[in-house]
Amino acid sequence: MKQPLALRVVLHALAILVAVIILAPILWLLLVSVSTTTHLTTLPFEWIPEKLNFDNYAKLTTLEPNSRGEMFLYAMRNTALVAFGATAIALCAAVPAAWSFSRSKGGQSNLLYVVVATYMLPPVALIVPLFAFLNGLGLLNTKTGLMLVDCSIVLPFTTWLLKSNFDNISHEIEEAAFVDGASMLTVLRSVTLPMAKPALATVVLFSILLVWDEFFYAFILTNDDRSQTLTVAIANLASGRVSDYGLLATAGILTALPPLIIGILLQRALVSGLAQGGVKG
Amino acid sequence: MNILRLSAATALVASSLGLGMAGPASAETTINALYMSQASYNEADVRSMTEAFEKANPDVKVNLEFVPYEGLRDKTLLASSSSQGYDVVLFDVIWTAEYAKRGILADDTDNISAEVKDEIFPGAWTTVEYNGHYYGMPWTNSSKLFFYNKEMVEKAGFDHAPQTWSELVEQAQAMKEQGIVEYPIVWSWAQAEAVICDYTVLLDAFDGKFLDKDGAPVFQEDGGLEALKFMVSTLDDGITNPNSTEYLEEDVRRVFSSGQAAFALNWPYMYNLANDPKESDISGKVGVMAPLGVKDRTEASGVNGSMGLGVTANTDNADIAWKYVQHMSSPEMQNSHAERSLPIWKASFENSEVISGREDLMKAASNAFTAMIARPTLPNYQEASNILQVSIQEALLGASSPEDALGSAADQLKSLTDQ
Amino acid sequence: MRSSLSYHSRQRLTAWLMIAPLAVGVLIIVGWPFLDTIWMSFTSAQLTQYTGDWVGLDNYIRAFRSPQVRGALATTIFFVALTVSLELVLGVLVALLLDQPLYGRRFFRALLILPWALPTVVNAMSWRLIYNPDFGGLNAVLTQIGLLDSYQSWLGSPATAIYAIAVADIWKTVPLVAMITLAALQGVPREQLEAAHIDGASPWSRFKTVTMPAIVGPLMVAAVLRTIEGVKVFDIVWVMTRGGPANSTKTMSIQVYQEAFSNFRAGSGASQGLLIVLVSLILINVYVALLRRQGAQ
Repeated sequence: MKQPLALRVVLHALAILVAVIILAPILWLLLVSVSTTTHLTTLPFEWIPEKLNFDNYAKLTTLEPNSRGEMFLYAMRNTALVAFGATAIALCAAVPAAWSFSRSKGGQSNLLYVVVATYMLPPVALIVPLFAFLNGLGLLNTKTGLMLVDCSIVLPFTTWLLKSNFDNISHEIEEAAFVDGASMLTVLRSVTLPMAKPALATVVLFSILLVWDEFFYAFILTNDDRSQTLTVAIANLASGRVSDYGLLATAGILTALPPLIIGILLQRALVSGLAQGGVKG
Repeated sequence: MNILRLSAATALVASSLGLGMAGPASAETTINALYMSQASYNEADVRSMTEAFEKANPDVKVNLEFVPYEGLRDKTLLASSSSQGYDVVLFDVIWTAEYAKRGILADDTDNISAEVKDEIFPGAWTTVEYNGHYYGMPWTNSSKLFFYNKEMVEKAGFDHAPQTWSELVEQAQAMKEQGIVEYPIVWSWAQAEAVICDYTVLLDAFDGKFLDKDGAPVFQEDGGLEALKFMVSTLDDGITNPNSTEYLEEDVRRVFSSGQAAFALNWPYMYNLANDPKESDISGKVGVMAPLGVKDRTEASGVNGSMGLGVTANTDNADIAWKYVQHMSSPEMQNSHAERSLPIWKASFENSEVISGREDLMKAASNAFTAMIARPTLPNYQEASNILQVSIQEALLGASSPEDALGSAADQLKSLTDQ
Repeated sequence: MRSSLSYHSRQRLTAWLMIAPLAVGVLIIVGWPFLDTIWMSFTSAQLTQYTGDWVGLDNYIRAFRSPQVRGALATTIFFVALTVSLELVLGVLVALLLDQPLYGRRFFRALLILPWALPTVVNAMSWRLIYNPDFGGLNAVLTQIGLLDSYQSWLGSPATAIYAIAVADIWKTVPLVAMITLAALQGVPREQLEAAHIDGASPWSRFKTVTMPAIVGPLMVAAVLRTIEGVKVFDIVWVMTRGGPANSTKTMSIQVYQEAFSNFRAGSGASQGLLIVLVSLILINVYVALLRRQGAQ
């Protein structure tokens, strides 16, 4: 199907428009982060700043006591720890379960749907009991408490993703191992998981992304430097008490950087994963 | 005998301070204090005052936490039922009744001597008082103040700043006509407590009342209604910055400091920042006075925006925490940080060191403190405030008339208190 | 086989044991809190006083009578309808565009990942800066190209605030729908498209008869997922407007948060939180019914 030239030009123009729309908010954030307040408030607005001002980046990457940088870097550390912790806990529960869901044809599959359906529950419908629960355990305002709660977000996704991936791994080698009398755990550990390595990597990255993005639970369940995550730190900065918009934008850029990198790493897995889902429809 | 009694007392004190049983590793006591990010005093002020306390008490460590105003009450109330609560909390004047009722704050009435009681403004004490008991120390002394750009007033051909709200309208209209500034007045009218504070100032100026003697709402008539009508009319006339409906105090400061407004209502903290060339384009041109009055009714107006510092009821370190509160509200600390928050101590206003360089501000503040009223003291203040915020915004945004908006707010408040 | 259990029942037992950690975990962090919330919704529980008295349906009756709750429900449903429909339509259009033979097609497709990966709170904050009435990029663009005379207050006016938030949400989510559709487009039988083309079928009828059946399934999944997310939306609204101005952007999640965490009425908040679940269930059932009908055709 050869397209006429005019159509080709229009299509390319549209594609460029889409690209511009996608990039514009991110570029705006970058622009604000390297601008001074004076530059921002001078009208009419100059789109290219005369000189780049990286002060904000310096301010946020210092560990100087009691600085905004310290607060920010602590939040980043907390976010990373909670993301890795919740992912690790969730995988320990999800991997064996997903494999079991994938390999056995019994009544377990109903349970899978129940787990996936929990995704439908809004956090506001769970938060008060969770709050009381963590309070009772002394886990309020701790990274551990937040990790446990964040598992509720991660588990439906990881279980479902792992199950679909295990479905696509050939059963034949596993069967051979079973004939040799190996137990299920042995088969899972030494036969299936090595074959599922790429899928596992994808699931880990997905899970980190989910926790990095989480706001509501962290907002309610954490208080300060010890456990507050980046999303909460940014929401607090953005609440109108800070008029330093450059600093805010810088915090946004630095917070978005790890997820954006993960997103680019996930690109291929995501596209092929979606394609498989699409074929199954 | 004496020695025995003394050592028993020491042991008692020590254990009450949490030093007794815990062994050598915890010779240090840690207390947690909750502040807000911008409470007239800024974070650096609080930290430097706290450092002074830690220096004087080397075995005490104070953990500071700062949250935005919107999160302060939530955090306090939630922490009160948690195992890892705070020992000292900052609270707004509007929460004192609720905190006292819920048993969140320790009653410090017996810890406050008659002399101390006498040396602090009576108005400041109302910040921490409920039913005749005192639940902490007043810490900031504050009302919204009226700021104006001297240069713009002069340019518009006036030889003095407005004294009444109608005079303000007159001057603003002149400025707009002469093209001196597009929107002469800027307010903090976002859906937040800020809009209630601005409304309270005007209600005070129009000599209105929130509640009658029996606690029933009366702001929907007389002065209260006139106040809202005034707010709406300035928007209709185009003399109020229309973005005000999404502004909080910091936005007001930014707009006023960049010379995009001639008049603004804000807390006293803006005075220094608007005069700081690093933060402002109009330093040296900033005038300040008590919020204006209404001819034949009031000379000036104001809203009590003070905050108190109290010890929580469930702290394990009540003595140290109280000592810390006293330190934070002491004349030494308050006078040495007076550039950001006005002292609670009467003597400070006669102390030339404190006054010097800010005579205007001190004069404006003392006038405002005399005129100021409190926001309504209702059992569920936060909920009442939410209702009022929405109603006021509906009128400001033209979604309903001031009469209907306030009438509906009054009805909702009535059913709230009936519950 | 020394064990008294047969090999197969042993395997079956192991299969269940492997599910046990997940089942127990989900029961503790989701199942129990959910049941507790249901219980609480019939009590007068306070946030600071967790055990309340049984009040029957009072909380529900009060919720349905409350203008705040009704307003928040209406806002939520409007927001979901607006964002989900636009996201699906725009997502499919973008996917069809990027399915064409374009120079740099891989680059364009790679860009789609960025909005999806950007944290929601950062997205909300960045759009807040774009909408800023004094130096926002939107005002600058619109005035400089002459579409706007003076700077506007986008988030300060009830007429525009909800749409402004919807735009931010749509920007973040259209790329995901586009990626899903692009993947599904791989399953479109190209020969049939060619054949239809030769038969002289219009582009629209080609899309309807050949392309649509191949992508409708994945699109429905996307619609369900987006609806669930939309009904419980909190973070993007909280960061951008906190529900204002004049409650024009207050969604159910914000209403529940205020009722439970600002007014401290945990029981009443629980009943309103369950309304969100109810709305989700109704909408999902509608989708499933639609999908069934599609399948029957």
